[in-house]
Amino acid sequence: MAKLETARSGLDAGSREISLTIPVAPDMEIVATAQAVAIGEYMEMPRDKIDEVKLAIVEACINAFEHAQTRDDRVHLTFRVGRESDGPEYLEVEVFDQGRGFDQRSVEMPSLEKAFGGGKKRGWGLQIIRSLMDSVAITSGDWGTRILMRKYK
Amino acid sequence: MSEACKITVERRNDVAILFTDGYINNQGGEEIARQAYAQLDAGARALILDLEKTRIVNSIGISILIEVLERVMDRKGVLAFCRLTPTIDKTFRIMGLAQYAAIYPSLDEALKAVAAAPRGEAARNP
Repeated sequence: MAKLETARSGLDAGSREISLTIPVAPDMEIVATAQAVAIGEYMEMPRDKIDEVKLAIVEACINAFEHAQTRDDRVHLTFRVGRESDGPEYLEVEVFDQGRGFDQRSVEMPSLEKAFGGGKKRGWGLQIIRSLMDSVAITSGDWGTRILMRKYK
Repeated sequence: MSEACKITVERRNDVAILFTDGYINNQGGEEIARQAYAQLDAGARALILDLEKTRIVNSIGISILIEVLERVMDRKGVLAFCRLTPTIDKTFRIMGLAQYAAIYPSLDEALKAVAAAPRGEAARNP
């Protein structure tokens, strides 16, 4: 416990950001979720909320793996622990790729009705991310895509 | 990197229970589909997917589960899920899967419900 409290005060002193770069390769998204678990447990976030962050990270990474065509064959993640003034602590995850970007207006909303009868069954990633996280901001252009998502403890 | 999702199957009359263990991604989803279709071909009327040992189902895995659901519906069968983590439960409900495949907290409840569900009708959500 003392060790944890020392570690927490160390983080509070300013080192509140952890970066991770993963290669575009099968199952590498799971490596990123392991980092989220470690930070979530450290900040004593409930397990169900950690699971929601994990799935959102998986979806953001899969989007980058499948669609971005990254110039460096990598996806860059930054994990930040923060607190709004008088608000609860939060875990913020930034998923950044140097890919070709995409036009958010062109992303069709998926539905099971469309999926049945031979329709498109994929494309749920962004909807899942938005539903599981407390806030999500997506910016994209020919420089790449940045998904910034936050979960409050 | 992650271990492949393991699937074990138990058959109780015309109900097949598929127990998953691990990450349901494209490979995991495909293995579930393979086992599910084999059970349907072998005469199963109802499929129960027991996800007690799965903590993540990604969107590719879910898209394959939708294919399985579609196949079951085409055959006028019944598909149900049980023992989902709160996150998987929430995800399935967000997507509307719960309208077509009931979700139960326990395997016993799923078994009772699918036994009572007439062929071609989704078991009722509790």
